[in-house]
Amino acid sequence: MVDHEPLVLRLNGRDVALPGLPPTATLLRAVRAQGLVGTKEGCGDGDCGACTVVLTSPGPDGAPTHRAVNSCLVPVGSVVGLDVVTVEGVAAPDGGLHPVQQAMVECAGSQCGYCTPGFVMSMYAGYLDPAERGPDGVDPEVVEGNLCRCTGYTSIRRACRRLGTSEDDAALGPTVAAGPGAPGATRTLTSVGRSFHRPTTLAAALGLLAELPEATVVAGGTDLGLELSHRTLDPAVVVSLEQVAELQQLERTATHLQVGAGVTLTRLEREAAGLLPALDEMLHWFAARQVRNRATLGGNLGTASPIGDLPPVLLALDAQVYLDGPDGPRTVAVADYFTGYRETLRRAGEVVTRVDLPLGPGAGAATRLSQSYKVGKRGTDDISVVAAAFTVDLDADGTVVHARLAYGGVAATPVRAHDVEALLLGTRLDQATAARAAALLTETFTPLDDLRASAVYRRRLVGSLFEKFCAEHVPVDRVDHPEAVA
Amino acid sequence: MSGPARHHESAVGHVTGRAVYTDDQVRPTGQLTAWPVVSPHAHARVLAVQTADALAVPGVVLVLGPEHLPGVNDCTGHAADEELLPTELVHYVGHVVRWVLGETEDAARLGAEAVRVDYEPLPAVLGIDDALATGSVHTQPKRILRGDPDAVLDDMADGTTDAEGRHVLTGEVRTGAQDHFYLETHAAWAHVDPDGNVACTVSTQHPSETQGVVAKVLGLPRSRVVVTCLRMGGGFGGKESQCHPFAAVAALASHVTGRPVRVRLDRQQDMTITGKRHPFLGRYRVAFDDDGRLLALDAQLVSDGGWSLDLSDPVTSRAMFHVDNGYFVPALRVTGQVARTNHVSHTAFRGFGGPQGMLVAEEVLDRVARHLGLLPELVRERNLYRGPEDGGSADRATTHYGQRVLDNRLPRIWRELSERADLPARRAEVSAFNSRATSRRRGLAITPVKFGISFTKSQYNQAGALVLVYLDGSIQLNHGGTEMGQGLHTKMLHVAASTLGVDVGRFRAMPTATDKVPNTSATAASSGSDLNGMAVRAACETIRDRLAVVAARMLGRNSPEDLVFADDHVFPAKEPDRRIGFAELAYTAYDQLVSLSATGYYRTPNLVWDPAAGRGTPFHYYAFGAALSEVEVDGYTGTFRLRAVDVVHDVGDSLNPLVDLGQVEGGFVQGMGWLTMEECVWDDDGRLRTFAPSTYKIPTVAEIPEHFEVHLLGEAAQDRTVLGSKAVGEPPFMLALSVREALRDAVAGFGPAGPEQRVELAVPATPEATLAAIDAVRAGSTHGTGSGRGAGELSAQQ
Repeated sequence: MVDHEPLVLRLNGRDVALPGLPPTATLLRAVRAQGLVGTKEGCGDGDCGACTVVLTSPGPDGAPTHRAVNSCLVPVGSVVGLDVVTVEGVAAPDGGLHPVQQAMVECAGSQCGYCTPGFVMSMYAGYLDPAERGPDGVDPEVVEGNLCRCTGYTSIRRACRRLGTSEDDAALGPTVAAGPGAPGATRTLTSVGRSFHRPTTLAAALGLLAELPEATVVAGGTDLGLELSHRTLDPAVVVSLEQVAELQQLERTATHLQVGAGVTLTRLEREAAGLLPALDEMLHWFAARQVRNRATLGGNLGTASPIGDLPPVLLALDAQVYLDGPDGPRTVAVADYFTGYRETLRRAGEVVTRVDLPLGPGAGAATRLSQSYKVGKRGTDDISVVAAAFTVDLDADGTVVHARLAYGGVAATPVRAHDVEALLLGTRLDQATAARAAALLTETFTPLDDLRASAVYRRRLVGSLFEKFCAEHVPVDRVDHPEAVA
Repeated sequence: MSGPARHHESAVGHVTGRAVYTDDQVRPTGQLTAWPVVSPHAHARVLAVQTADALAVPGVVLVLGPEHLPGVNDCTGHAADEELLPTELVHYVGHVVRWVLGETEDAARLGAEAVRVDYEPLPAVLGIDDALATGSVHTQPKRILRGDPDAVLDDMADGTTDAEGRHVLTGEVRTGAQDHFYLETHAAWAHVDPDGNVACTVSTQHPSETQGVVAKVLGLPRSRVVVTCLRMGGGFGGKESQCHPFAAVAALASHVTGRPVRVRLDRQQDMTITGKRHPFLGRYRVAFDDDGRLLALDAQLVSDGGWSLDLSDPVTSRAMFHVDNGYFVPALRVTGQVARTNHVSHTAFRGFGGPQGMLVAEEVLDRVARHLGLLPELVRERNLYRGPEDGGSADRATTHYGQRVLDNRLPRIWRELSERADLPARRAEVSAFNSRATSRRRGLAITPVKFGISFTKSQYNQAGALVLVYLDGSIQLNHGGTEMGQGLHTKMLHVAASTLGVDVGRFRAMPTATDKVPNTSATAASSGSDLNGMAVRAACETIRDRLAVVAARMLGRNSPEDLVFADDHVFPAKEPDRRIGFAELAYTAYDQLVSLSATGYYRTPNLVWDPAAGRGTPFHYYAFGAALSEVEVDGYTGTFRLRAVDVVHDVGDSLNPLVDLGQVEGGFVQGMGWLTMEECVWDDDGRLRTFAPSTYKIPTVAEIPEHFEVHLLGEAAQDRTVLGSKAVGEPPFMLALSVREALRDAVAGFGPAGPEQRVELAVPATPEATLAAIDAVRAGSTHGTGSGRGAGELSAQQ
């Protein structure tokens, strides 16, 4: 028997009841309904950052963590129990501006002002995050997910750089205390005829999925949130996997990186930094901070979009996908996982629990060359035209003993170029081989024309990205090649 | 002398979230929300509208249709070609057919989904080529002519050289649409009170025209309608005329229901319903000598006006005025025409046709330089306008429409920029890099901007202000301009405070309202500060002169003209210690029965324009600037990185350097977006496929180079303007043409060096378009392939 609890949001340090709102309503809607209209809807797609708020929660070590998120994509049921800070909650109680606000005022970081609350919140989270803030200020990377149409960003960047750490920082801590401790039992939030279940153990989660086959499953909600934001989906029952402890594991063994399906991409990016260059690179280009703060590896596999950024990396690295469900746990190779357009081997009632990524070259190999690439109309925070990831293992003589060439955006699923992989085995991957491979690659897939690019360009990139990879990473007879620098 | 670098007057409101925009106001009791029902067809006859299902949706109150109109069914300021509620035909995908009013937004939305409309689809015109082929036009070609370009051009074929060393080239360039992507989408609230008076709060750049449309639609005199603009979350031209229907719908729905009504578009609606920057087709023939000096230019410009005329005629005219950019062409003919298509009605957008005209000029200059194997920066410099003061002549400083380019600062700006950015060294570095690299190329370009300041519709060049001083010395400042982030109110406060010699803190900048200053012009054409600043100054001078009489009496002096208004006090020039505080002075003025409010009025003098002859002096002055951009292009993907930007820009004596710097930087980046990544894609059925920021990409902070140096030209006071300042809103947008030209320079580096090179680069220069251009150059082809894709080749989305 579940205990149904009403929706109560902790907002800028106060508990606020949300009568009349379902737990699937977006946090943006909930916040504005409270009269806190500083948080704006610029797009409702999680692409402009105008609705950015900060979620404060206890981190792994108990210290509070502060995450900027797009409130238009967050179901309010997901954040009950966390502290939500909006732009109205940033200034000191006496009205004194927070240093972030002060810097934005003094640097003329606002013009029309409509995007400004979102920028302030992204910078506020960066200000409170030792990983983003140092003596030189807050890394402007924290506002890559915020669009401004007026300033050209230079003034905002200046404001970020003005926020360097100094000795009197102690007085400038968060204005909101950390939220309550880790959750215990499953919580079920019920309002307006919708229920939002938040199991905390895998067993409880699988139990709920068996009991509620109609349930919509959500983790960070950065994909589902689009449908909630635009009201194209109104699920009566939601099971959120965000609180499931087992899905939060992130461990490095001697041979593998083991990533729980619920680990956010921000955690993955930080805690796995330097282990797998192809993963590092793709995470850098994967959406913006607000999305990486919510999105999970499991979600990227769950939605199985052919234009997801991470599947090509997982394919290139021979990842293993762990599933659990009514028939018990099982493991599948990621290459087998994707079966069709947004279709996978995952069965009803199953969840992805973990992904294992091998860390080094395989048996018989001396060197591993691995990198990923993403091409979009805009480098930052764009859906890819083509995403690619390559892994080539060389033996001591420089002969290819293993090759994985994986792509997104060129077929109904993320795919590998098996024929070309086979062709590369046993070669020395010199310039001629790379060119021959590129020519073959160009004819390997039959991508579509769409609004982002033509099929011709996509085919072209399938080949030329591999050439680029070879030029930049293969240590061959190209000593005068300026790009061949790590 | 420049004004203070003071931050935006609403900056604290912005950073705390307390600044209120239209849809942030406290909701009045009983407010209804309107939701549009839009056409899925690019052109269709409306056969029937069935509303029964919609009205059965709980909370739906009304389906607003043409039968509800007490007044005229038109929502344009002048053209009278846009029905507010279509009676028979719809003209584009997204054309609003009906509006559903609901107790809540959810109810209105569900109601809109339940409205059944039967259509008979009609043939649609989907693009400029289609329009030209079928004769679908809004306007007949207009012409501006100087000299006899045909004397050279008619005798010579493309790519030929005659015995006198004269060369001729022909070409074509197309530019795409650009969405304004203001962060605040269109919004309008309205309420009709029981006496029939209408109050509207609208995100509008042109409150007086909105007022006129609302009055027309309701069949009321304008005096019954008050339109207020609190502030806008960005406008950029997109809220100059396109805001009117939303205000009219809110007012009409309130008139019918007796309840307050709100309209607020979501992003997809805003992008699919409202117009954008005009796509243009430019064709040219150019003649030039061995040194790259232009001899003759014949340019034909056709804009895609979309389904209705809107502002397309003046937009196209401005393109014609600016087809010379900063270059003297002895013989020049430019024609301009507006095509009629079944797309959104394209509208004003920062630059107002100027960017599209100037892009043709830069296209021509690059082609001329590469054809001759000369550095483009040399050829550009050689062709700049030069008056006698720069070693040229009056003729060499006169435009194709006969206006003398006075106060020509281009040669000086060019020199200063070349020195500041160290152009020769940078060129050498680029060459050195390109000689080493195998798969990347760098490129740089320096391009000028000369932009005419004034509305080309002469009667718009007037403005009003109303200043109200209260007994405690606090002041309300009203003027006709609207605040959309450009810092207009901040500048006006400076003008007012410096005129009255008081602290800025005494002022409250009032929301723009038609019951304070009537019959105002749009806040557009970069003219906001110029026009309203003069009006504000006039109003403050009237009050100052009255107060001087009062102060003279208080000080026992006969000559009020000796008094100084400064430091929040008034005092005799030679006796600064005998000070009277401003509040005391205000109170004393009241006691002495002296009026403490005044209006101010200004009209720009000496503007002459004869559209039939294509000659005159349409501009009060020109704004100038130049930019140097350097890029690096990846030969595998066509992606690029903007490495560095250096700008010298002329804002006269800046009213506020902090604000002006922001305008220059922001305008540049917006222009860069138009030229490199912002691509509006329509499919074969006339549907816009790029209607959200997931598919339509504007620049982010990551695209901005670390090296972005903007220098405001010094010693630059402008005659006959407010405090020596110059307009800054639009001109910097066109500085970004340097990015496109730098990309072209980099692309050229993939091909063989030497003369007769041609680099064709589509706009926007997306990675795909750039790679196509690289491929063409590598192949030694003289004809690039553009983007390699027509919008018509779209398949279903993945």
